[in-house]
Amino acid sequence: MTQVNRLPHGGRVDSSKPLRFVFDGRPYEGYQGDTLASALLANGVVLVGRSFKYHRPRGILSAGAEEPNALIQLGQGNRSEPNLRATQIELYEGLVAESQNRWPSLTTDVGAVNSLFHRIFPSGFYYKTFMWPKTFWMKYEHFIRRMAGLGKCPTEPDPDRYDKLHAHADALIVGAGPAGLAAALAAGRAGARVILVDEQQEMGGSLLSDRQAVIDGVSAAQWVANALAELRAMPEVTLLPRTVAFGYYDHNLVSLMERVTDHLPPTSPEALNQPRQRLWRVRAKDVILATGAIERPMVYIDNDRPGCMLASAAQTYVNRYGAAPGKRAVIMTNNDTAYQVALDLVDAGVSVAAIVDARENAEGELVATARARGIEVLGNHAITRVGGKLAVREVEVRRLTGDGKSVSSDGRTITCDMVLSSGGWQPTVHLFSQARGKLKWNQDILAFVPDKLLPGQNNHSVGAARGAFALTDCLVDGFAAGTAAAHAAGHTEPAGSTPVAGAEPAHSPMREMWVMPSGKPLGHDGKHFVDYQNDVTAADVALAHREGYRSVEHLKRYTTMGMATDQGKTSNINALALMADLRGVAIPEVGTTTFRPPYTPVTIGAFAGIDKGDFLDPIRKTPLHSWHEQHGAPFETVGQWHRAWYYPKPGETMHDAVNREVKAVRTSVGIVDASTLGKIDIQGPDAAWFLNMVYTNAWSKLEPGRCRYGLMLGEDGMVMDDGVTSRIAENHFHMTTTTGGAARVMAWLEDWLQCEWTDKKVYLTSVTEQWAVIGISGPMSRKLLSEVAPDLPLDDQSFPHLSFRDGVVAGVKCRIFRITFTGEATYELNMAPSYAMHVWRALMQAGEKYGITPYGTEAMHVLRAEKGFIIVGQETDGTTTPQDLGMDWIVSKQKPDFLGKRSLQRSDTKRPDRKHLIGLLTEDPNEVLPEGAQIVAELKDKPPMEMIGHVTSSYYSPNCGRSIAMALVKNGRNRMGETLYMPYDGKVVKAKVTEPKFYDPEGARING
Amino acid sequence: MKQHYSIFTLARNAVSYHEKWTEAWRSPDPKPSYDVVIVGGGGHGLATAYYLAKEHGITNVAVIEKGWLGGGNTGRNTTIVRSNYLWDESAHLYEHALKLWEGLSQDLNYNVMFSQRGLLSTAHTVHDMQALRRRVYAIQLNGIDSEILTREQVAEYCPILDCSPTARYPVFGASLQRRGGVARHDAVAWGYARGADARGVDIIQNCEVTGFKIENGKITGLETTRGSIGAKKVGVVVAGHCGVLAGMAGFRLPIESHPLQAMVSEPIKPVLDCVVMSGQVHVYVSQSDKGELVFGAGIDSFNSYSQYGSPPVVENMLNALTELFPIFSRLRFLRQWGGIVDTCPDASPIIGKTPVENLFFNCGWGTGGFKATPGSGHVFAHTIATGEPHKLAAPFALERFTTGYLIDEHGAAGVAH
Ligand SMILES: Cc1cc2nc3c(=O)[nH]c(=O)nc-3n(C[C@H](O)[C@H](O)[C@H](O)COP(=O)(O)OP(=O)(O)OC[C@H]3O[C@@H](n4cnc5c(N)ncnc54)[C@H](O)[C@@H]3O)c2cc1C
Repeated sequence: MTQVNRLPHGGRVDSSKPLRFVFDGRPYEGYQGDTLASALLANGVVLVGRSFKYHRPRGILSAGAEEPNALIQLGQGNRSEPNLRATQIELYEGLVAESQNRWPSLTTDVGAVNSLFHRIFPSGFYYKTFMWPKTFWMKYEHFIRRMAGLGKCPTEPDPDRYDKLHAHADALIVGAGPAGLAAALAAGRAGARVILVDEQQEMGGSLLSDRQAVIDGVSAAQWVANALAELRAMPEVTLLPRTVAFGYYDHNLVSLMERVTDHLPPTSPEALNQPRQRLWRVRAKDVILATGAIERPMVYIDNDRPGCMLASAAQTYVNRYGAAPGKRAVIMTNNDTAYQVALDLVDAGVSVAAIVDARENAEGELVATARARGIEVLGNHAITRVGGKLAVREVEVRRLTGDGKSVSSDGRTITCDMVLSSGGWQPTVHLFSQARGKLKWNQDILAFVPDKLLPGQNNHSVGAARGAFALTDCLVDGFAAGTAAAHAAGHTEPAGSTPVAGAEPAHSPMREMWVMPSGKPLGHDGKHFVDYQNDVTAADVALAHREGYRSVEHLKRYTTMGMATDQGKTSNINALALMADLRGVAIPEVGTTTFRPPYTPVTIGAFAGIDKGDFLDPIRKTPLHSWHEQHGAPFETVGQWHRAWYYPKPGETMHDAVNREVKAVRTSVGIVDASTLGKIDIQGPDAAWFLNMVYTNAWSKLEPGRCRYGLMLGEDGMVMDDGVTSRIAENHFHMTTTTGGAARVMAWLEDWLQCEWTDKKVYLTSVTEQWAVIGISGPMSRKLLSEVAPDLPLDDQSFPHLSFRDGVVAGVKCRIFRITFTGEATYELNMAPSYAMHVWRALMQAGEKYGITPYGTEAMHVLRAEKGFIIVGQETDGTTTPQDLGMDWIVSKQKPDFLGKRSLQRSDTKRPDRKHLIGLLTEDPNEVLPEGAQIVAELKDKPPMEMIGHVTSSYYSPNCGRSIAMALVKNGRNRMGETLYMPYDGKVVKAKVTEPKFYDPEGARING
Repeated sequence: MKQHYSIFTLARNAVSYHEKWTEAWRSPDPKPSYDVVIVGGGGHGLATAYYLAKEHGITNVAVIEKGWLGGGNTGRNTTIVRSNYLWDESAHLYEHALKLWEGLSQDLNYNVMFSQRGLLSTAHTVHDMQALRRRVYAIQLNGIDSEILTREQVAEYCPILDCSPTARYPVFGASLQRRGGVARHDAVAWGYARGADARGVDIIQNCEVTGFKIENGKITGLETTRGSIGAKKVGVVVAGHCGVLAGMAGFRLPIESHPLQAMVSEPIKPVLDCVVMSGQVHVYVSQSDKGELVFGAGIDSFNSYSQYGSPPVVENMLNALTELFPIFSRLRFLRQWGGIVDTCPDASPIIGKTPVENLFFNCGWGTGGFKATPGSGHVFAHTIATGEPHKLAAPFALERFTTGYLIDEHGAAGVAH
């Protein structure tokens, strides 16, 4: 194995631990501590990807999160993952990576024909074409879609686990460079609870690539090691490497994503035994943003050729990874920082052919040192051509003229295999901006820096993140912020003194230079890339300006600048500076686009964490669930609940089973698990007043021991829930709600109490799960109950319909409600859930001689429909009044007010010909209409047809010996006897309008 | 005369390095007065101006936008277009819009990339299926395309959707509107702006309306950050800020403003060819032409004017997404944002007259007005031009909150986008 560009010395990689990996099918070797990018460079691989639109060959631009070019499809099969940045992938044994967006291979990519047509594909070209012929867009689109996209989605579900948790801290410190480490030391020593995060595998930030710096008398690397050792020993300090702080939300809530196992071979036991990634939601008293700065590339012609790289990235590869990005560099800069890069390269044995400095008089300490080391410095020069397609071969440089807007006619060619550029540094203000802090422009460093905080967001930007680039400033800033955060949280133990940096060279001023002229008009020959990944050039920015897309947001949307997976980390400032220049305004006047979470893309699965499958939403089961299961019941989903649907006997269809259950209730006795009913305990001196307000009928006179049915309306006068409420004592009620509506009703009631009726003394407790409910219904129900509750008087006098009694059933204390949803004599037994199974079994046993029949929700629905009882959400849909349902009797005319009363007075709500609830009897008694079928009075050959209503409930009724249906129909109560039509699924069913009561209309069966 | 857009003009301009394109719309200073001023440079406002000029010959019109065109919900939405609404009033209005969408790129000579790739709304319980059937039957009887798919048909139509019967909320079936789909939101704003501008409409950005001039109950003009502007008629189309503008005009609207969030994943090669919406497993998703998965869910429950939502909503949304599409788990989300939606109690818009004479409002589109953009502009232009509501807009008048003639699209709308 040859790592042709691996340097003999230096770097933090462990050459004693070689790792094998595969890129595009070819085997390579790197070292423990490498990223995929550094390992590829060490192996001399510079071509790693293709751009989004033109499929231009691309190399590695950066050494970090800002990478726009080197996007990789990592891993295989169900662990395959698209669009990862090679600069952030840690190498592990057996890693398999592939380049993206090319076919058939990276070197010969058919998609690169786009490049040939690039002249007719400027930004926004698709808005101007593909409109003819009219119907063809779908065909064009098919093609465009296939050209677009980057990597590929896995085809199998994700086999890995994710985790999420909450944490609190006095100080959350983001970034573990010199500023962050100094802050952590200060806060940690003072005794504060600190969380220090860094997105990289190793903490230390810029210090890890710094070979010059001295802190507290030791090398930067040593100081980092000491600081981390000290922090690790502090019990209140949590160190989270490989963790990105990606979102900064209100009230100092910061979201972190920790990559727990991504650096391990994915199927190694160590990886499989842990969650793959962990989502942290940290609420911090103070957030210290020590996020550093990102270098800007210079915008020179064909600045995207593989081998074009940020100067600081080259420095990182050389110093930190011991990998040279090439053999011979030309450096293009407008500032001093690139000079240190040149010196480090030369020190490492990599040759620097020239430093092309845009500044007219490049002078100063670093420039002098570079010259002294024999590096040629070409002041006031620009790169005007980059030779080489799949890799840089040479550059041409020319002298800048005319204020830097043009170049001399004669050039000089320099052979090189990399072009390193530095256009200055932009502080990483993303999180600060997400926290909705305001930025201001700093003309000295040509960058936006944090200005004003949004109140309520307590954070401090320190060091490079606020534009203070000198090491001393970072340490001073960080230490002070750490101290302040600790003090503010009440931690004041002595923290020692601020770390002291050794002498640093002074920096000379930058030159403001946003695009390097090439001697030809922009876009005429060659491309000045601004946004690499999305292939947006300086000429595209000019086009956007020309066509009027001048606001920075229009620029972004029209050209797609800054919208790629790197979100414009290296391109945004360059683009808006170009726009400012075109508009003839100052840069801050153009402004930035909004910085949105996440800072870097984060894994979707980690947000789900363990909340998937059955944990997506809790499954609620009643205490009798296992019995239903054992007796073969399928379950119906109602809200979060699983309810027994019916209990088929061997050989029975659903239809058979439901008919049998329905019949049993009417002829003997049925038993039902009604535990899912919503139950709310209501207490307080204003409880009766409260019920008067939330129900349409009157509650004051209800006596303790009695029950009443109530309808609840929304403010719009429409029915929202119903149920039976019982008065337990003067100031104590027990409310029941529909199964599906329980939570909504609870929230609704609390809303009124907490926001509107704040002076009332009413207290609500959800007791849905504190009471199990077993209903026994049918002519034999009283007999059955008397056998298991011998002490309870059950005659109609002592225990009338619509009342409740406390009693002992099968030895268990129960509250028994005599109410009915079937029309038969019914007792609803409420008891502590842990006794429910016992009571159920006792009833089953005692009821055996009567042929007691468990019935499910389906039979329950049929039974109530036979009686014409409504189900909220079925007979109602949020547009139904009590009058529509024929339930005017339940709307009090005396009460001064109740929720919805005013709305019922509105002209349309009062209209007599609204939709009314009616019954429907199909012409063919065996035809069961589908619920939801639409109803027309005048049938036409084909749509459109005027609809006058729809079928709300529809069943086969064994007791009526035919199908029955309920429907909401315009003016329905005045249509009795009319024939209506239900056209659906290509057929038409006829039915006659009747009263919505099909069985026992007089209600004679209620007493058994 | 505007430059025509076509492959030929693109090729011709390529020869001159695209240096001869002119601006898509002018940026004039406001005139002292206009026949009609439209407040709000979103899709609806711009479409209104366009149809005022095109259909009614009213060209002395200004569109006043406080920020940049399309910077409100128009440029923030997830671009689902469909007309499968339950109630007749809505179905006809949204179908009117859908028909206009079908020829919009050609009408505007601006490709709005209206992609009728089909829209699937899944049902996950027995009850869901009933509601779905009711809606589909109604849509069909209104003469609009919609069909019911069984679970097996859903699995075939969208194979990456988890249709396994053991899911927490298994797919029972779905409704499919084949003519539904998505469009390119910015292009809609820009295309209308260009079309309106070509017909003489002044488009004025960075100009905020700060007050109305009302004399004897009649509008006479507006105060803006760029001075007063006279107006014979004013149409206000400001979505989440309609309550603020109504306040300036002295009346209240039954509208609450909420944040609504959306997000995109990193771009990937095509995996999802249709739009999928689920009300029960609350999320909806499509894949943009660029390859990003675009998804969203419900509103943040608090009221706010900041275009910014809270993180738990994002978690729920991503949760639901991986539940329906387990293969998306390893993808990464790239960008998250919010808009301010104007929600009406009945989830239907308010279009028409106000208590102030010659002041018209078009608002309340809430979470689902993008799809209506052409139709909304079209009927609103008619309403402003004639002073009387267009027949499709009439049921959506503000008075319905007085009469109770609500058009409640909550119940059966599933996810309301
Ligand atoms: C995240 C999200 C997802 C959505 N998804 C969908 C979807 O999939 N399908 C769908 O159909 N709909 C969707 N919607 C809804 C849809 O975006 C809106 O209903 C629609 O775009 C509204 O258009 P508009 O032109 O009325 O409003 P906007 O585009 O918001 O335009 C209103 C304009 O008024 C301006 N303005 C406000 N106040 C003033 C003032 N005082 N002076 C001057 N100008 C002012 C604003 O700056 C703004 O530009 C979604 C919305 C959001 C936020």
